[in-house]
Amino acid sequence: MDSSALPTPIKKRSTSLSGYLAVGPGLLWLTILLAIPCLSLVAMALASRGQYGEVVWSFSLENLRRLIGFGLFGWSPDLFYILLRSLLLATITTLLCVLIAYPLTFHMASRRPSIRVFWLILVIVPFWTNVVVRSYGWLLILGPQLPPARLAAFLGFIPPGSALYPGTLAVYLGMVTTFLPFMALPLYASVERLDREILEAARDLYANPFLVFWRVTLPQTTPGLSVGIIMTFVPAMAMFVVTDILGGAKYMFIGNLIQQQFSQARDWPFGAALSLGLMILTLLSLGFRRLKAPGQKDPFPL
Amino acid sequence: MRTWPQAVVAYLSLVLLYLPALAVAIFSVNKARFGLNWKGFSWMWYQKLLENEAIIEATLNSLILAVVSTIIATVIGTALALGLERAPWPKSCLRLFDAIVNIPVAVPDIIMAVALVLAFSLLRNLSGIFDMGLGAMIIGHVTFQISFVTMVVRGRLASLNPQTREAAWDLFASRFYNFRRVTLPLITPGILAGAMLAFTLSLDDFIISFFIHGPESVTLPIYIFASLKRGLTPETNALSTVMLLATVLLALLAERITRKL
Repeated sequence: MDSSALPTPIKKRSTSLSGYLAVGPGLLWLTILLAIPCLSLVAMALASRGQYGEVVWSFSLENLRRLIGFGLFGWSPDLFYILLRSLLLATITTLLCVLIAYPLTFHMASRRPSIRVFWLILVIVPFWTNVVVRSYGWLLILGPQLPPARLAAFLGFIPPGSALYPGTLAVYLGMVTTFLPFMALPLYASVERLDREILEAARDLYANPFLVFWRVTLPQTTPGLSVGIIMTFVPAMAMFVVTDILGGAKYMFIGNLIQQQFSQARDWPFGAALSLGLMILTLLSLGFRRLKAPGQKDPFPL
Repeated sequence: MRTWPQAVVAYLSLVLLYLPALAVAIFSVNKARFGLNWKGFSWMWYQKLLENEAIIEATLNSLILAVVSTIIATVIGTALALGLERAPWPKSCLRLFDAIVNIPVAVPDIIMAVALVLAFSLLRNLSGIFDMGLGAMIIGHVTFQISFVTMVVRGRLASLNPQTREAAWDLFASRFYNFRRVTLPLITPGILAGAMLAFTLSLDDFIISFFIHGPESVTLPIYIFASLKRGLTPETNALSTVMLLATVLLALLAERITRKL
């Protein structure tokens, strides 16, 4: 189909050379650097670590045994606890984000349109700030000289003069503030479209607030909520920056463990096995729902 | 229904969202060298930034990384979007392509980083560019940027009115002319928005860079992370504030461009 021929766009064309040329580089790039390596995690997990940290390509199930907790000295629950703690962290973070995001988005949606845009920008901006810097900010706030730590010391939760990090509170503060925009933005898209008259009708019919939420609000906001849960839960499972900065070495999570295998420990096969485990865990937790790629329906107004 | 509890939660969550950035900004203009006591206002830590060679090098690395990777990713990603949207691929083919393009969006960063480390360890035998360092980091950043550029440009392409193109066909515009004079001007805002998104993502990225950086390719987020481990200095506050402002401004600019589509 060249300039010489009459172009007929309605005619069913077969994919031309230019189609292949356009798609080729991008798909090849993503396949070689991402798709194949992701699949080869399986092969790597079945290899083992050599004496100097190199990868020995001999088939062994050693790493899979380690993944379920068998170490040099028999079974120990350490790894099991790390997995459980990561699962718990992701679940509680997601739950807290949902609990905060509903009132937040309801408040946003009930503002005047001009102020609504302002709120939207206010929620989007922290989403763009660097996670290292944000965690560092919490480190400053929870430092020993500032009111939060002093109050905690005064109440006897921590010894006087010490900081509120590393600790569970610090980790959860960091996690919730990191992921709140991920939850609030998709949820807002649903809440904004919510039919408020049905809410009022339900109240007029003497439904209590819980029933109104369960039978009216929740079903209508499920699309946004499910996108928000996926966008919070999956990265929360894999998080290692917030947990490393605010949790320290005291609280290991699977993300930190994976990172260690590729730096200090130099045990790539075990790292690959852990990554595989992380992938399977996240897929299982989301398994009942078909994972919808965020690209298809952009949940972000940005 | 009472709405004040909603308002309380909404304002409280804003406080929580902005408190860390605010703390960093406040301490960046604090005179005190050690500790967190307020010793008076001063710009001195910002001046110290300009004297710190490690920080200047990290800034340059970050900028080079972001500019080069964004250019590559924008070209490849735009072509990919055009090819996916315009060429008549069979359904099954398109589904496979979509799956590949969506990997960086669906897979957690840390697993993407691990995959890149594995890929580079094999490709290193072919070329030195895959050694840990700026070259490898550029390739790594392009890998996740492509998807986001493709996503944004495809959205723009899908929203175009097909009649514009058909009108050009009817007026005997050649294929190239049609692309150059009709499609390209119409999707330019999309390409620009995609590029700015890619740029911000690169500037902001810590996890991918952390896994594949070399000793001489420290970027700003890596520098800040490392300085947290070494012990805090007020310069870190100033640097972090500058970084926060830069990414936020970029993101807002990108949004303006997208809104004007």
